Amino acid sequence: MSTYITRRVLQAIPLMLLLSIFLFAVVRLMPGGPLAQAERNPNVTPEQLAAMRVRLGLDQPLPVQYVKWMRAFVLEGDWGYSIKFRRPVAEMIWERLPATLLLFGFSFLVTILIAIPVGIYSAIKPYSFFDNLITTLSFAGQSVPVYWFGLILILVFYLTLQNPFSEGPMFPAGGMYTIGKEENFLDLLWHLVLPIAATSVGWVAWYSRFLRSSMRDVLNEDFIRTARAKGLPMRMVHFKHGLRNALLPLVTLMALDLPSVFGGAVFIETIFSWPGMGRLFWDAARGRDYPILLATVMIEAALILFFNLVADILYGWLDPRIRYD
Amino acid sequence: MAGSIPASAMIKQLTASESFSSMPPQAESFSALIWKRFKRHRLALISAGVLLLMTALVFAAPLSRYSATEQDPVNKFERPSAEHWFGTDELGRDVFTRILYGGQVSLAVGTFSTLFSLMLGIVVGALSGYYGGWIDNLLMRITDTFLIMPVVFVLILFSALLRELPALADLRSSVWLVIIAISVFAWMWPARIARGLFLVLREREFVSASRALGASDFRLIFMRILPNSIGPLLVSATLEMAFAIITESGLSYLGFGVQPPTPSWGNILESAQIHVYRAPWLAVFPGLMIFITVIAINFIGDGLRDAFDPYVVHEK
Repeated sequence: MSTYITRRVLQAIPLMLLLSIFLFAVVRLMPGGPLAQAERNPNVTPEQLAAMRVRLGLDQPLPVQYVKWMRAFVLEGDWGYSIKFRRPVAEMIWERLPATLLLFGFSFLVTILIAIPVGIYSAIKPYSFFDNLITTLSFAGQSVPVYWFGLILILVFYLTLQNPFSEGPMFPAGGMYTIGKEENFLDLLWHLVLPIAATSVGWVAWYSRFLRSSMRDVLNEDFIRTARAKGLPMRMVHFKHGLRNALLPLVTLMALDLPSVFGGAVFIETIFSWPGMGRLFWDAARGRDYPILLATVMIEAALILFFNLVADILYGWLDPRIRYD
Repeated sequence: MAGSIPASAMIKQLTASESFSSMPPQAESFSALIWKRFKRHRLALISAGVLLLMTALVFAAPLSRYSATEQDPVNKFERPSAEHWFGTDELGRDVFTRILYGGQVSLAVGTFSTLFSLMLGIVVGALSGYYGGWIDNLLMRITDTFLIMPVVFVLILFSALLRELPALADLRSSVWLVIIAISVFAWMWPARIARGLFLVLREREFVSASRALGASDFRLIFMRILPNSIGPLLVSATLEMAFAIITESGLSYLGFGVQPPTPSWGNILESAQIHVYRAPWLAVFPGLMIFITVIAINFIGDGLRDAFDPYVVHEK
């Protein structure tokens, strides 16, 4: 097992290297590069500019610069300084990461709790009224743009509907906590409702459809017929024999889906003013704060690779036929 | 003409017409068969109609008596009425007209991005699957690298950069930049599908037969294998199109896509968002158009999948 994990980590390294070269090249293609702002500043003399160039190592050949940047990034945890905030990027990202992971962790939990039962039911009773309803709804869920759905949720639950317990709107339209009140878990949950709803709707649609088709494939297999012929109760057949095998491809799908999931964070966090990585990235992109942009994409890609590895290990745990050696 | 038909196909044709003497002499064409099967998927058929209607409507925009850009500050923030079907926006422009013009842009971006990303993906996938070996290895590592990128993040970064390149200064506010950006980050899925198809099909007899007759690699790839992969590639084209439309609107919504004053569904939604408390209807309509278009494309994709899959039997 440990050799397998080591091998997978080693396989991930060239991918990260390729990505970092790509990103580095893209950012360096920029006219002016990291000194663009200083160049526009009339108070900076050409001598000072030259000195800055030497100090930042910009006078060296590009490959040398790349190696230096990578070494600082990986070994020293030095992800550069934000141009706008004049703070270490690493510090800013560590501040924002928990909020994103919290929002997406909860959304993921809600998604699983809804999508799996729905998918199972649809697979066991295909073409029933409920299944047909779910099919139509899931097409809608897959097609609705998340940024628009978020706005509609705000329109309905913040602007229109009243909270039955207190004055004011049913659910808050943004932020993590009520401003001016003590931070507590219930308040956080209340603020999470709309962002989670907006995030989950597409996932539930997609995953329940996928589980339905993978479960229907499994239920057509010979070992299911054998299990039924043995006289096992249907509940056992469906859940112990069917579901366990049907869940396998779903695990892979979820891992493959992560890049778009993280992408969705930009929309959700922008609409609901959620103080996470997506929001940080959007603000940075508007201000052309390249150190933040570079570091965020690198960290997100590393997270994606990490969760892909987790999915592979889970796969082995769910499917004993797979051996790691 | 007859010389270009592979020998194996001629033999197959002969035996087929002998053993099924009850079949009409003129067999149904492939496209007629697919159309017949596609028509059975009721929602897909309706969706195709909706999409055609939407396209017609959007390109009939010049018939509207309002302009997309002319401002009328006296009549700003009007509610939907007979005069202004979808109301007016913060500058008094007719929202319905703007949505029609925006639809032209959004549909064009969707179509061209799909076309480009599909072409790029097919070339990469075809080379990978057909040649295998180190070519496959190299191309697939590049594909993997693109697949681990958080899509929206890199798209924002990339489109911001494209806009600042001096070489592209003339195109700064052009829709083509958005099309290029989306295509660069959307070719991986069709590439993987094409690779899988080419891996399987290159081993088939009709390919060997063609190769034995002296066909070049180019001919084998584009004239023999590609036409036989049309089904799954068409289905993936619908997925690409849905992705492209949602992504264009999303990028424009965040301010990194189509730039005003050119309207697109996404940037109409962006400006609506600021005024959502004052004029909620502004936010409802552009998103609804995106939603309807994308759901129609997805249903068409589902219909095509069924139509091309010989194992699908319509239970019901």
